[in-house]
Amino acid sequence: MVNFTPVSAAIGGALIGLASALLMLLTGRIAGMSGILGETLTGGDKQWRLAFIAGLLLAPMLSGLIGHPLATPAMPDSWAVIVVAGLLVGFGSRLGGGCTSGHGVCGIARLSRRSLTATVIFMITAIAVVFVARHVIGA
Amino acid sequence: MRMTLASLFCGLTFGFGLMISGMTQPTKILGFLDIFGAWDLSLAVVMAAALVVTGLGFTLVRRRPAPVFAPRSLWPTKTAIDRPLVIGAALFGLGWGLVGLCPGPALENLATFTPRVIVFVVAMGLGMVLQDLWRKRLPSPEKIENTTLATGSQ
Repeated sequence: MVNFTPVSAAIGGALIGLASALLMLLTGRIAGMSGILGETLTGGDKQWRLAFIAGLLLAPMLSGLIGHPLATPAMPDSWAVIVVAGLLVGFGSRLGGGCTSGHGVCGIARLSRRSLTATVIFMITAIAVVFVARHVIGA
Repeated sequence: MRMTLASLFCGLTFGFGLMISGMTQPTKILGFLDIFGAWDLSLAVVMAAALVVTGLGFTLVRRRPAPVFAPRSLWPTKTAIDRPLVIGAALFGLGWGLVGLCPGPALENLATFTPRVIVFVVAMGLGMVLQDLWRKRLPSPEKIENTTLATGSQ
């Protein structure tokens, strides 16, 4: 548990929750990232979605201005793995109607059994992938 | 216009939340998913905190007749636990476990101009477009039954 960061996790999580609740209060929309990006690429009403994405990108930029830039993410995977993973995340999240934000936060917060089911499935699948990658292949 | 600004503000808040929680870092995500290794429970704390605030917020929002800047609330209406949900969630989990990025953190990480993030986001967008095209193709009757339920906007 050397990497456990409960305080920043709780503060950040509360902000994510606040953003999700506020978006519903102010605009009547669900803060699901896969839907927001997917509908921007394929659907109609783009304006509020593009604004949300702009805000999402503005956060690390503003933070960088006050001396706390977003750290470069560690992605040691090969290009092929990156591409395959990206395709799977995009295709799967849209087919399943949501990702960690839409199902995992907003859906479970609505006590939706559908979202809880999706969240349990993608958690178990992802845990299995990491197990195989780190303890079977990478052992 | 007010709705756009409100959405921008919510995106900004969401972005700070992801940053502060550490969920923009694939190492934190993979550390949580690696329950048989040096397990990092941070993601569970992030989700728990987000769920408490969202749950309370949604309960209060439901008491209002309409959103502040829109004519009506678009709450998700689907409840079916069908094949697209199960297969889609499994495929998403597969990709998420491979790299440790889901759509929100992937998009936010574009601000770091990391080539691997850019390639991931392009592939993710392509996957979304392919899913849309695949769903809209002339389907068999059985596919209609299953795929018309998959057009969620979450």
